[in-house]
Amino acid sequence: MTDPNLVGGTAVDAAELSRIDDSATETKKPRSLWGDAWRQLRRKPAFVISAVIILLVVLIAIAPGLFSHREAGFSDLTKANQGPSSEAWFGYDNQGYDVYARTIYGARASLLVGVFATILTVVFGSLVGILAGYYGRLIDSLLSRLGDIFAGLPFVLGAIVILTTFNAPGSNPGAATIIVQVVCSIAVLTWPVAMRIMRSATLVAKQLDYVKAARALGASTPRIVFRHLLPNTLAPVLVYATIALGAAIGAEATLAYLGIGVRPPVISWGVMISDSRDYFRADPHMLLFPGAFVTITVLAFVMLGDGIRDALDPKSR
Amino acid sequence: MRRSRRLWGAAAVVTTLSLVLAACGGGSGSSGSSGEVDPNGTFTVYGTEPQNTLIPTNTNELGGSKAVDAMFAELVAFKGDNAQPYNQMAESITTTDSKVFDIKIKQGWKFHDGTEVKAKNFVDAWNYGAYSPNGQINSTFFENIQGYDDVHPADDNAKPTTDKMSGLVVKGDYEFQVTLKAPFSVFATKIGYTAFAPLPDVFFSDPKGFAQHPIGNGPMKFVSRTPNVDIKLTRNDDYKGQDKVKFKDLDIKIYASQETAYQDLLSNKLDFIETLPPSALAGSKYKTDLKDNLVTGHLLGISTIAVPYYVPGYDNLDLRKAISMAIDRAQITKTVMNDTYVPADGYVSQGIEGYRPAVCEFCKFDPAAAKAAFAKSGFKGKLTIASNADGGRKEPLVAACNSIKNVLGVECDFVPATDFGQWRSIVTGHKLTGMGRSDWSADYPSIEDFLNPIYRTGASSNDSVYSNPAVDQLLDQADSTPDKDAAIKIYQQAEDAIAKDLPSIPVWDEKGVAAKSKHTKTVTLDFRRRADYSSVEVTK
Amino acid sequence: MIRYVLRRLLQLIPVFFGTTFLIYVLVWAVPGDPFSGKCGQTACPQAYVDLMTEKFHLNDNLILQYLKYLGSLFTGDWGETFNGTSVGELIATSYPITLRLALVAVLIEAVIGLTAGVLTGLRGKGFLDNLVLVSTTFLISLPVFVTAIVLQLVLGTELGIIDTSVSDDPSFGELIVPGIALGSLSMAYVARLTRTSIAENRHADYIRTAIAKGQPNSRVVGVHLLRNSVIPVLTFLGTDLGALMGGAIVTEGVFNINGLGGLIFRGIQNRESATVVGVVVLLVLVYLLMSLIVDLLYAVLDPRIRYD
Repeated sequence: MTDPNLVGGTAVDAAELSRIDDSATETKKPRSLWGDAWRQLRRKPAFVISAVIILLVVLIAIAPGLFSHREAGFSDLTKANQGPSSEAWFGYDNQGYDVYARTIYGARASLLVGVFATILTVVFGSLVGILAGYYGRLIDSLLSRLGDIFAGLPFVLGAIVILTTFNAPGSNPGAATIIVQVVCSIAVLTWPVAMRIMRSATLVAKQLDYVKAARALGASTPRIVFRHLLPNTLAPVLVYATIALGAAIGAEATLAYLGIGVRPPVISWGVMISDSRDYFRADPHMLLFPGAFVTITVLAFVMLGDGIRDALDPKSR
Repeated sequence: MRRSRRLWGAAAVVTTLSLVLAACGGGSGSSGSSGEVDPNGTFTVYGTEPQNTLIPTNTNELGGSKAVDAMFAELVAFKGDNAQPYNQMAESITTTDSKVFDIKIKQGWKFHDGTEVKAKNFVDAWNYGAYSPNGQINSTFFENIQGYDDVHPADDNAKPTTDKMSGLVVKGDYEFQVTLKAPFSVFATKIGYTAFAPLPDVFFSDPKGFAQHPIGNGPMKFVSRTPNVDIKLTRNDDYKGQDKVKFKDLDIKIYASQETAYQDLLSNKLDFIETLPPSALAGSKYKTDLKDNLVTGHLLGISTIAVPYYVPGYDNLDLRKAISMAIDRAQITKTVMNDTYVPADGYVSQGIEGYRPAVCEFCKFDPAAAKAAFAKSGFKGKLTIASNADGGRKEPLVAACNSIKNVLGVECDFVPATDFGQWRSIVTGHKLTGMGRSDWSADYPSIEDFLNPIYRTGASSNDSVYSNPAVDQLLDQADSTPDKDAAIKIYQQAEDAIAKDLPSIPVWDEKGVAAKSKHTKTVTLDFRRRADYSSVEVTK
Repeated sequence: MIRYVLRRLLQLIPVFFGTTFLIYVLVWAVPGDPFSGKCGQTACPQAYVDLMTEKFHLNDNLILQYLKYLGSLFTGDWGETFNGTSVGELIATSYPITLRLALVAVLIEAVIGLTAGVLTGLRGKGFLDNLVLVSTTFLISLPVFVTAIVLQLVLGTELGIIDTSVSDDPSFGELIVPGIALGSLSMAYVARLTRTSIAENRHADYIRTAIAKGQPNSRVVGVHLLRNSVIPVLTFLGTDLGALMGGAIVTEGVFNINGLGGLIFRGIQNRESATVVGVVVLLVLVYLLMSLIVDLLYAVLDPRIRYD
């Protein structure tokens, strides 16, 4: 394959080239789309920084004990509402909890919910969207209207029903169970957005010449969808995904607030932000620190997503 | 018997009272405390959407009673500042045995439609409220009247044999007689509750239409209602009672959030809110926000944590003592509740006649004794406290759990329920898997109302499923003692017996902290957490 | 095209039945019976529960309840709430207010989001781009209730620029700040989406052609670039209107706006299926119409897309 930098200067569609490569040059191993992307990414500082941040957050989530000598459940009511100090870097909240310890221990649930809810939403939504857009007609109508019904469901109602159906009222499910349920509820109730985005991108992409050409050459449907349509429709969905990550953490806070999300002793950033709502006039540190962690994490994912998209999308090179 | 659902438990996102645009016409509203009293002013209070139709026998929560109580006058009323009962529509209530009550009513009182209030209006209203096919929410208030079982059979499937209670007899236009099933010394106080209001003749011909436009005999009359927006009332100038109002219009403004209502109050768009939102309490901000506009009262209520006997391992007196002594009530009420509550030390609210300090000997924070009792109890496993989490219910219970955990070294978690309805269905269905919040506020100011409904075997609010024959017997004895002071003494003995068993753990007692606008010169918070309208004076 | 529109309108019918039934099932599945919390700390008298159960057909099986509901709906009766208020009346009062709020929010996110997106997309990496990135990320990270309460406290209580709550029938002006709170998350998304779209299309052939033809820059950007970049954004904005109308529960609560969000929330809490189903059906209809309009706009904006 020619150097992508050179290709970028011409009017030739790189994706089309890669198709030609795939089919014509079986003898030498071609550099795949992903291989190219990886090469390019390694050289971008924004990507490296965001990857380091994400790795750090993941490490905190896996082994919070390395970062905080206090348990999340530590509380000392006599110190409640105190601001940051050398003893408690982020201060104490209204219950006398150490905000730093809780922020560290809250990473796990937040990251799990944010990442998995986003992945599930985006993967499922995109799949449905690409099918609807590609096949059109009856399948499009069916899938789109199904999406409309789900999109019309109020999130609160759906979540209450889903989460209370699986947990009898008054029961106290374990941490893993509740996180899985929260992830599924968010995914079930938010996939139509990803679906519509993917569908509209597919509608445009399937009219492009190289897709028509691939079809004319007798490429199989999975091949057309995954090799040709997907790389060209990924950009808007990826943008949505990075934002959905932040939204999922927020949704998790809403569920916790309603008493159906993660619950003590499990904590999350969403729960901490939700708990701080009545106190940010008196104890702004209760909101600021977990809020900052969410912002930085989401920011890292947004930059990571931007980097990956730029690298994957041949047109923007 | 009712718990104000909205205040004690309801969704944070829902509810509020109304407020008054006092002096909205004057334009000089900022003249402050030096302003003259305006007899034609408007008083706007925070309100919440009524849960039921606006009929006295069907109104049991704060949202509806804010309007209904102003529109109706009962036989007996309670003074706003000290909850002392006095005869309002009653000329006299006489009894010799606490079983047969002879009631004479005052003459010349009129309903808002001009018809006179007669004895039969009371009797008909009470019969209507008790008759089971009418399905009135307050029907059980009439249950100690003779003949109640005939109009409201205990068996759900049985049809009532009559629609009139035999215990109610009209003796003339202005006199009727009430016979109870058994002596009940507190009856003359109980009839001050909203459900015992009279209803005009027009009600019985069209109850549905009446609910849209209620006609009462009270100090204020109905003007209009817009669902989820407001309820407007205006002064009844013909009113004869002593609790006349000194302003003209009452505007009960419905809010979705207490926070917003509080912000409106600070900007003088609202005149009164009977409770402060958690954000105002945080860091005791309300003290600096409100200064002179803080209104304190004496609520008659008590917060306890029920320790159900049906939960495995909980039928253990040492465990109960250990938990109770491990809760640092003083620290929690100070830090988490910002001085709006005081530690509870008994089963009766502190403002009630018959209250004695330190009835509950295990309600003092004593870590050493708690640890010893816990070791003795041999309890293994995890403790939980469940409650609906909204409306500020969660924070004090989380703090209580932390206190227990820090003292006893046992795991303790707060378990949330989605809303008050779901929470109560868990409790009444006996599906608790640990401890649970169990708060109570009195319907009428009597020590009896703190014991009978909660600790008697099979009582309607016996959340712990407590049963002690000795307590039941003392309560029976007190109920049938005609002399008030003697009865109180026996109720106190029952309280002592309960305090030895710790069926539930008293934790705190709410002071009652409300706020008024600067246009409001005076207002009193009554024991039911409402503005005492007769005390209100608004400035021009 | 006409046939396409007709087909889409016909599809509304099964979706209507599907949605109403689904919502009915969901409300029915919310645990706890509707009257368990009505009498405070005590259980309600059985006679009261029986009367209400009878009146609202709660003892019938689910299908029968649903059919009875549909029956009265087709005669124009939306049912009533447990406290005796007509649901139709409630919706009639709340609907215009929520619609207004959602329109304001969409307008705000479109104007601010598109502007920020176009500027950063054209300028490429730099200070402005980073500023927009960080501030949008910040908005995304905070749940709406935090954004709304902070705006209310700072602009209302502290600075006194706005009223802390809106009036009973709020004007568009009063709804600007609530609209910002409501639209903040979507605004961030619109900005990012526009930026991506613009950056991608900037190098497309037709832009190069337009520039080569010697067209003025404003025309290249305004006609060629924007028109093609706005398609995915439009999809989002269109469907977001429906989502915002139903998702305004928190914002409406904070600013005491008497809208549909509050109706749904109270309906769910009280397990009043008539209210919830009524409101949600309306929301789904709005959602469906918006998606139809958006789909038609595609075809107008992008000649490559055809419906046949």
